[in-house]
Amino acid sequence: MNPSQHAAKVHPTTYVVGVALAAGSLLGLLLMAKSADPYMAFHGLLFLLACVTGVFLLIHKHYNAVPTVAADPSKIEYNEGVVKAGVIASAFWGVVGFLVGLIIALQLAFPELNLDLPWTTFGRLRPVHTSAVIFAFGGNVLIATSFFVVQRTCRARLAGEVAPWFVFWGYQLFIVIAASGYVLGVTQSKEYAEPEWYADLWLTFVWVVYLLVFLGTLWKRKEPHIYVANWFYLAFIVTIALLHIVNNLSLPVSLAETKSYALFSGVQDALTQWWYGHNAVGFFLTAGFLGIMYYFVPKRAERPVYSYRLSIIHFWSLIFLYIWAGPHHLHYTALPDWAQTLGMTFSIMLWMPSWGGMINGLMTLSGAWDKLRTDPVLRMLVVSVAFYGMSTFEGPLMSIKAVNSLSHYTDWTIGHVHSGALGWVAYVSFGAMYHLMPILWKRERLYSMQLVSVHFWISTIGIVLYITAMWVSGILQGLMWRAYDSLGFLEYSFVETVEAMHPFYVIRAGGGALFLIGALVMVYNLWRTARGDLRDEKDQITTTRPAAGQPVAAPAE
Amino acid sequence: MNYHEVLYASETYGLIYLMVLFAIVLVYALWPRNKKKFDHAARMPLEED
Repeated sequence: MNPSQHAAKVHPTTYVVGVALAAGSLLGLLLMAKSADPYMAFHGLLFLLACVTGVFLLIHKHYNAVPTVAADPSKIEYNEGVVKAGVIASAFWGVVGFLVGLIIALQLAFPELNLDLPWTTFGRLRPVHTSAVIFAFGGNVLIATSFFVVQRTCRARLAGEVAPWFVFWGYQLFIVIAASGYVLGVTQSKEYAEPEWYADLWLTFVWVVYLLVFLGTLWKRKEPHIYVANWFYLAFIVTIALLHIVNNLSLPVSLAETKSYALFSGVQDALTQWWYGHNAVGFFLTAGFLGIMYYFVPKRAERPVYSYRLSIIHFWSLIFLYIWAGPHHLHYTALPDWAQTLGMTFSIMLWMPSWGGMINGLMTLSGAWDKLRTDPVLRMLVVSVAFYGMSTFEGPLMSIKAVNSLSHYTDWTIGHVHSGALGWVAYVSFGAMYHLMPILWKRERLYSMQLVSVHFWISTIGIVLYITAMWVSGILQGLMWRAYDSLGFLEYSFVETVEAMHPFYVIRAGGGALFLIGALVMVYNLWRTARGDLRDEKDQITTTRPAAGQPVAAPAE
Repeated sequence: MNYHEVLYASETYGLIYLMVLFAIVLVYALWPRNKKKFDHAARMPLEED
């Protein structure tokens, strides 16, 4: 290979990115050498290493360029490399997040496991768990699937060549900076928004590039209509940018230190935080994953969307209602009463679009219900939609003030969150990952469908143990807190309620362990699929494609 | 803008705004001429290679 031949063809963006990476390395070096704050110096080192690695990746990419235009002009050369990387990262962060979750569940049952070290206490590991499962696992699944779906449904290659890879690696860097910060005690103490100001700025930059890549691909589309899944992905990307920026408005003590102070204070700060917090649920964990549902459920069932009209109504009513539901996190606080009622009312109205969407997802199987018996991947997707229905029924119920007075601050909330996170978010992600794996790695099928079934049953039992334990424990806890004796004194001391929780914490940890084992079975299955191995199994479903001569039946309308 | 003005605006204009938006969405989704486009769109995941 003659380097001078390539040198003539270097794309100008390669130079721009190269110079930016060099400048980033210098900044990292400067922070590492000059900052009086040891944590900032450590994160400067991480940034330096990331930028230097970025330069190598850029050079590698230049000399190992793959064709971006298909030889056959009627075909499109989709960018699948970044989607593959996203699936690998999702599997990795998923296992990390579930493992840390199991550790902190065991810490609650057996406090000795805090180890009396600052870095391993529950308070520091808990945000590692929540960020790893929501942002690292969920975020990578969303980035990977959105890049896959937008290309296929627009019939256009992903916009940019370096930009999608920047989004992928930039996002991983954010995760590493955030998680290492938590363990070291760097936090701004806002739930689900713990990373400090510099990590927030970096994520903002990465996220804007993500938005531009997505919009650029929509702009290039060959299909006149923008498919509904892309609407959900776009709402997720735009709204998360807005929420992230507003909730993280803060002033750092100095540009070389980790500590910052929030711009809002008191009840305004609380309201902004829960406007952010609930919409992280609404737009990250719901809208984004509904994008997955609207592509992968029809694809896997080989049936069209049950009602496309309903999907449009679902989309617009969901995004216009969700944004107002946040105040239900602040019932019986200093927040004005009317704002609490408003949050509750909008939460109850959310029953409609949520169940409309669930029915639309489930009914997409009409005429293909038999596939549930033979295809465990589809079973996983369908059970995820059922869990979506269940947790979106429970959520509005818990937002009703009278119910909330019992459920708030108890384990019921934790149970609710996990029926949504494990049942809906993780299952729809697993289904999408199982579906994508043979397509991306150009394999005939998954290594083993029986292992998918094993994964399905192990983790379903895990989820059931988890959520039932938390329901019982939460209601017990809530009732013990509000019990009075005949003289008007509290019946139970706080520590008595903690003692009563113990058996349920052990059951919960057992459920979490089963869920983790299920995920490890998945990782093994995906790894063998990537290697090209096929397990000898009877009645094997090869691909989702219909066999020759068996056209997909058109819907009877 | 004080507290009562915000409250008044959300109880009146806010309601009208959301109801009008919802009406527009319903009309767009159910408009008979759009049916063909939506029927095609419902099959989009199945039609790619």
